[in-house]
Amino acid sequence: MRFKTVIGLEIHVQLSTETKAFCSCTANVFEIPANTAVCPVCTGQPGALPVVNAEMVDYAIKLALALNCKVNEYSRFDRKNYFYPDLPKGYQISQYFYPLAVGGHLDIDVDGTTKRVRIRRLHLEEDAGKLMHEGDSITQARYSLVDMNRCGVPLVEIVTEPDLSSPREARIFTEKLRSILRYLKISSGDMEKGALRCDANISIVDLDRNVSSNRVEVKNMNSFKFIEKALEYEEQRIKEALVRGENVEKETRGWDLSTKTTVSMRGKEEESDYRYFPEPDIPPIVVSKERIEKLKLSLPELPDQKKQRFAREYGLPEYDASVLTADESIANFFEACVRLSGKPKETSNWIMTEMLREMKEFESGELKIKPEHIAELIRLVDRGEISIKTAKEIFPEMFRTGKMPIQIVEERGLKQLSDEHAIVEIARKVLEENPHVVSQYKSGKTNVISFFVGQVMKQTKGTANPKLVNDVLRRLLEG
Amino acid sequence: MFQKMTIEDCLEVERQDLVKESLKEIERVDKVLKSFITVLDEERIEIDEGPFKGIPIAIKDNIVTKDVRTTCASKILENYVPPYDATVVRKLKKAGFAIVGKTNLDEFAMGSSTERSAFFVTRNPWDLSCVPGGSSGGSAAAVASGEVVAALGSDTGGSVRQPAAFCGIVGFKPTYGLVSRYGLVAFASSLDQIGPMTKSVKDAAILMQIIHGRDPLDSTTVDVKMDFLSHIEQGIEGFRFAVPVEVYEYEGLDKEVAERFEECIKLIEKLGGKVERVKIPTLKYAVATYYVIAPAEASSNLARYDGVKYGLRVEKSGLKETYSVTRTMGFGEEVRRRIVLGTFTLSATYYEAYFNKAQKVRRLLANDLSSVFDQFDAILTPTSPIPAFKIGSITDPLAYYLMDVFTTFANLAGVPALSVPFGFAQGLPVGVQVVGKRFEDPKVLRIGRSIEKFSPYNENGRIPLPVVRV
Ligand SMILES: [Zn+2]
Repeated sequence: MRFKTVIGLEIHVQLSTETKAFCSCTANVFEIPANTAVCPVCTGQPGALPVVNAEMVDYAIKLALALNCKVNEYSRFDRKNYFYPDLPKGYQISQYFYPLAVGGHLDIDVDGTTKRVRIRRLHLEEDAGKLMHEGDSITQARYSLVDMNRCGVPLVEIVTEPDLSSPREARIFTEKLRSILRYLKISSGDMEKGALRCDANISIVDLDRNVSSNRVEVKNMNSFKFIEKALEYEEQRIKEALVRGENVEKETRGWDLSTKTTVSMRGKEEESDYRYFPEPDIPPIVVSKERIEKLKLSLPELPDQKKQRFAREYGLPEYDASVLTADESIANFFEACVRLSGKPKETSNWIMTEMLREMKEFESGELKIKPEHIAELIRLVDRGEISIKTAKEIFPEMFRTGKMPIQIVEERGLKQLSDEHAIVEIARKVLEENPHVVSQYKSGKTNVISFFVGQVMKQTKGTANPKLVNDVLRRLLEG
Repeated sequence: MFQKMTIEDCLEVERQDLVKESLKEIERVDKVLKSFITVLDEERIEIDEGPFKGIPIAIKDNIVTKDVRTTCASKILENYVPPYDATVVRKLKKAGFAIVGKTNLDEFAMGSSTERSAFFVTRNPWDLSCVPGGSSGGSAAAVASGEVVAALGSDTGGSVRQPAAFCGIVGFKPTYGLVSRYGLVAFASSLDQIGPMTKSVKDAAILMQIIHGRDPLDSTTVDVKMDFLSHIEQGIEGFRFAVPVEVYEYEGLDKEVAERFEECIKLIEKLGGKVERVKIPTLKYAVATYYVIAPAEASSNLARYDGVKYGLRVEKSGLKETYSVTRTMGFGEEVRRRIVLGTFTLSATYYEAYFNKAQKVRRLLANDLSSVFDQFDAILTPTSPIPAFKIGSITDPLAYYLMDVFTTFANLAGVPALSVPFGFAQGLPVGVQVVGKRFEDPKVLRIGRSIEKFSPYNENGRIPLPVVRV
């Protein structure tokens, strides 16, 4: 059987505006004491009314433009009605009938080829609160508490067309989206902190019989890794069902971290009727052409544009350019380095290998390493003052302490020995001490030269310039 | 005599004892009249410095007052104490008005008689066996009886105007968006407006002058500053009035109410107004449209009363059961009826057939009215087709809803509408309704003032008020 995987995503992004979507409470509510960032509006007190946060609308328009969407001149809020204790008004203010923006796309790189993923719509809504259940699980809890700090934090929901054809593409798409969010400085994009939440719809087409399975919605994928893992699991589960000739339920499933499987959350018969209708408390949002133009001009250079420029301006391979531009701060770091070093390819190599490896372990806060460090490192290697190997060796210390490379080299006595007289002296001594190996060389086994090189390097604690050592030894042996 | 005093009268006298007089009068009559759900102790009444310092007023109990219980006459909010003041309350306090209490209403303002209060029925000060109208019946009775000088009500489909007519006082529903709804407990958000209930048209203008204007906390308010008082005495010479033929076609119109209405038209013509009959075809759909849109919005607005955050909670074993029992015990029958109705008309299957169609009719009605106002200064109708009825005498919900026949269209179109007393039917007050163009609220009050000034039923332009004997 031949299969095709069809995936569409629904992504919620918390916007990092100063205040909440419809009141003046702070929107920065991560890990603050429960129910301290609340007011009559966001706790649904009788009589309180929502007022639209203009900054939120601007942020969403910027994102819509970055995703090549058409920003609607007229959009509107609607109420999505359902009961849940984390939803104080008994409805969520969202956009259903007339979303803020529609019809965009985002290009992603999949194994060296570019794939276009269409965006169906982008709309604004408010976040709900958080429930905390006593004890271990919701089913055993004697009681649950509600923290309303998150109520009313602005969200953008992005819905893609079902254009993704593998779990990996879903992951790449979401990572690319995070990169854009961070470039735009409109969201932290942190999946672990819930600032970026991804739900997926997946179905599998049996190409031999040209029939598609039902669509399954997958939730609770709270990291990039889990997006891929959960969808891989689901992809396999559906394929196996198709092979067995079984029907695939149309249902909602959640990724269960402990079992590394997806489990059914609710079936089709439990689908709710949200009774959407226009939010009467908020007039329609009318976005003028001027406002759109102004926001368009305020957009920074986005990852794709930067990548193209890096390839063009610095002559970097496309792969390098795309790695360096995935994170704006890395891209800026790279450019600052190049300005000092004048060597784009070397700079790119150092950043992509050593620096990004160190970054993975890096917790948070300001980096100790500065562009000057890498520029100097390149200069030392270039002048033959240290070997590449030494440079790699001192990189972690330089990254962690912020000491300049020359200082580390001096402290550790790692400066490369390029003094020819000194090397000749050591080489002579080594040859004298090993006459039988010298005769082996002279009898034609020239590869024993590596033995002498090793000996010289040992005597110089690895600081000797290896090329020079080679030259000197050859000259002495053959002269 | 305190009971008859208007705001204007109060401005002419020493005011330090007015609050005491008001509390004394409430003490005397309210055990029978039952206008108030909450009366404040004298020491709890805040009086700010302001031009209207110390004038006692009442607030309908669906408008929130900081630290003062606000119940909406519902068991579900019986012990709810709001953490903030409604914008109108803040403005009135700042002007110096003394809020002495919170008045009774039909639960969540859903009703036209105040019989649907979860706590008790308010009585009509003209005849204690009759209803005061509703839903702002408590405010109407408190003003008419003279317990307070004036009051605020809220009007979603006639809830200020109809009780004003039943109790023989002035009631005004402003243009939608003119007065902030921030702090008005929502019934149907696209229809609700707060309005004054007073003993004179001038008093209504005084209160409007204070409470109207843009509120950054209510994005449906409009940024206009109006002058309600300068032109109020200038008469109506040359004004053109439309009387919808639908008024005459309505079978339920009381004969004496119709007679008073005719007399009022004659008076207007005598004062230089020109009155014509016009056909407004969509008018007959107003009540049906209203009873789709209002319950739909209400079903959503009342979802927040779930027992989780505040108000009544009847704790049961699970979440769903707690919700369901809390809401069944907390809401009265009429409220539950409208929630069910609204939930139904908003459901995906019926949205097009009901809610969306009603929205379309609403737009057509607004268009119809707007073309009427291209040619006329105002529309005239009786406020209610009947005068106040006996408590408990109307039990059929449909007959009850039809009392709104002349009032709901003003809310649907968002236009200003005034009820001004004009004589009596079966010994009970009759109100005439003046409906104007959007944002011509001062003109509507000016017309009302002319009727009040020259009505043969008034004495020197003063509306007769009842004396409550207990
Ligand atoms: Zn808030």
